[in-house]
Amino acid sequence: MHVIEFVRNARLWFAPQQIRREGGTPDYRFSLANERTFLAWLRTALALIGGGFAVDQFLPDLRWGWRVGLALALLAAGVLCSLRAVNHWVRCERAMRRGEDLPVSRFPAVLSIVVAIVAVAMVVVVLVGWEG
Amino acid sequence: MSNGAVAEPVRDPGLQPERTRLAWRRTTLSGTVAAVLAMKTALHGRVSVVGIVVCALCFGLWLGFLALAHRRIRVLAASAEPTALAPRHATATVLFTVALAACGAALVF
Repeated sequence: MHVIEFVRNARLWFAPQQIRREGGTPDYRFSLANERTFLAWLRTALALIGGGFAVDQFLPDLRWGWRVGLALALLAAGVLCSLRAVNHWVRCERAMRRGEDLPVSRFPAVLSIVVAIVAVAMVVVVLVGWEG
Repeated sequence: MSNGAVAEPVRDPGLQPERTRLAWRRTTLSGTVAAVLAMKTALHGRVSVVGIVVCALCFGLWLGFLALAHRRIRVLAASAEPTALAPRHATATVLFTVALAACGAALVF
């Protein structure tokens, strides 16, 4: 379900005229606010990607599997976050043009829970690493 | 007195275009940090042909990102009520980000 909708939205990413055909143009301030939200998510994605590079570069003592696994997980999270950013932006823009409610999303909650789990895991790793 | 006043350009009291412009600036800064880390990874250890190629690729991606941001910033600065971001523009910035991550995945191995 979600994947099908994602693919359908993906066509809109490249077709500005298709969005502009629907509904009326909203107040420019709402569009700019939507754009800033998109950019904030893009920064989150860039931070995750930068974190992936940082793990690879600055944790040379970590075992190869852990290091590569953690770096790839962060890079993948960054990709997911950036794709979701543009998708959510398109959905919000379309909802505003049609005068509908803005779309709701589970993504922020999922991302924060994942970050919390990784943070707890890092605390455990640091504590165990110091004792061992 | 009042008839001598110069008509000031209409300015949004919420400074929305300025805030959006600064958001683009912050995003290019984040992109710069990620690109620098990517290039450091590419040139880490022995310098190889692959490393140099990937480094140049990351630099090119960073330049592309910067050009897109600059174009948008100019639009935002030019008018008091700028037009909305074009979906193609948004998608292009995201694709630069994804390509940077792809370079990272290739480098980590």
